[in-house]
Amino acid sequence: MLLLVLAVVLLVALALWLTWTANRLDRMHHRIDVARASLDGQLMRRSGATLELATSEALDPPSRLLLLDAASQARGAEPDELEAAESALSEALRAVFATREAVATLRADPDLAPLVDELGRDCTRVELARRFHNDAVVTARALRSRRRVRWLRLAGRAPDLRTVDLDDVPPTALTTP
Amino acid sequence: MKVGIVCPYSLDIPGGVQNHVKDLAEALLGLGHEVSVLAPSESHDLPAYVVPAGGAVPVPYNGSVARLAFGPVAAARVRRWLRDGDFDVLHLHEPAAPSLSLLALWAAECPVVATFHTSNERSRALSASAAVLRPSLEKINARIAVSEYARGTSVTHIGGEPVVIPNGLFVHRFAEAQPRPEWRGEGGTVSFVGRLGEPRKGFPLLAQAFGHVAGSREGLRLLVVGGGDVDEARQLLPTSVRDQVTFLGAASDEDKAAALRTSDVYVAPNTGGESFGIVLAEGMAAGATVLASDIPAFRRVLDNGAYGELFANRVVDDLAGRLGALLDDPERRATLDDAARTAVRRYDWTTVASQILRVYETVSS
Repeated sequence: MLLLVLAVVLLVALALWLTWTANRLDRMHHRIDVARASLDGQLMRRSGATLELATSEALDPPSRLLLLDAASQARGAEPDELEAAESALSEALRAVFATREAVATLRADPDLAPLVDELGRDCTRVELARRFHNDAVVTARALRSRRRVRWLRLAGRAPDLRTVDLDDVPPTALTTP
Repeated sequence: MKVGIVCPYSLDIPGGVQNHVKDLAEALLGLGHEVSVLAPSESHDLPAYVVPAGGAVPVPYNGSVARLAFGPVAAARVRRWLRDGDFDVLHLHEPAAPSLSLLALWAAECPVVATFHTSNERSRALSASAAVLRPSLEKINARIAVSEYARGTSVTHIGGEPVVIPNGLFVHRFAEAQPRPEWRGEGGTVSFVGRLGEPRKGFPLLAQAFGHVAGSREGLRLLVVGGGDVDEARQLLPTSVRDQVTFLGAASDEDKAAALRTSDVYVAPNTGGESFGIVLAEGMAAGATVLASDIPAFRRVLDNGAYGELFANRVVDDLAGRLGALLDDPERRATLDDAARTAVRRYDWTTVASQILRVYETVSS
């Protein structure tokens, strides 16, 4: 009798533990989805701000063309080209805003100053959002690699987890006042 | 006339546009005009007519990485150059790319001539980039395209009606090149110019044809000028004729001229993709009889066979037959060479530069 009670208690404890793990995993997947949506949003805001600046006459035409090209390619990229296109945009932004002088000319225009500041903030936020997303992916992967999760398929049909690898180093002249 | 020329690509690396700009500047100087060339460069060893605009930065553009000069520092340099030069006419090359040429166009206040070289696909940011470019491109008074091909792209993508003025060459550099006796074959010399391993340059076709022709001519020699994998190219030749072939690698301009000057027949087996065929004109200038595939660009340069022999494109037997016949008929070669020597003058830089000068005069008067 005592053995039976012990066995039932153990089984219940095991079931609870597994449910709790599954819940953790589910929360983690949800966190990744939210982080990914936030990253995609930040990327859109960054390319949007870039396009807006590129239409300004205060910049020289070659710089405007470079920004326009990079930003519209990033916005139009297919999912499998997204990382390359966004990295190219980061590179173009660093090339155009390479010097404080370049940024100062733009900030001198009262209409443009808020746009320039906004773009600087967007660049930083992209970097943060990418980092938070990848943190969540790494944590979830660690949990998914546990034996109990793999053997009992607690992750269900959730797709494989991928980190987002892109060059998001912002132009220093833009992000430091 | 005071002429300012802008080259968008760095003079520190070799390239077609860079060569064109330097040759044009020298031809114009030779005709007694004042010329200043503005180009990205960090070299200290530049011709006196070049004003360096500083270094070019690698940036992604239109799907590849280009080395370009832009931004406020470059813009200030361009403005200073324009002010100091006080030019009668400003000649920009490739002004639709985000480069020094576009910066100069933006700042220009004098008449502007623009030359379009390549058939660059326009940026995928189509309508948006047009809005950026339009105000600048409206300042161009005259457009020049270097070939019908480049003209076609310019008409579709940028608009306007460009005049076609071909690339030039300095005929005397080829006509007066010293032949190299050590490269000459006692049974005749044949030459090929073009990158190996690039099938449309047609080396595999020539390799086969040369096998047929050289089998019965022991003293015949083939000179191959062009970079690429020599071992791979050698494999294409029948074993029996391999020691009759000399690979000169990516030779200097002097060596290329000397190789053409040394040869009796220059073979251009290109299968397509040529917009003009300056190499044919080089062969003609050097006094080598030209045997070329009958692709449209080559037909035009050789005036349908009046200045050189044409063979059916990609047909090895026809190439071999005509090559053998030309080698056996010195009189026919002499006739073609005489016609070619006269015809090639139209591609000489003095002629081409005068055509360009007519354009300058038209826009600046």
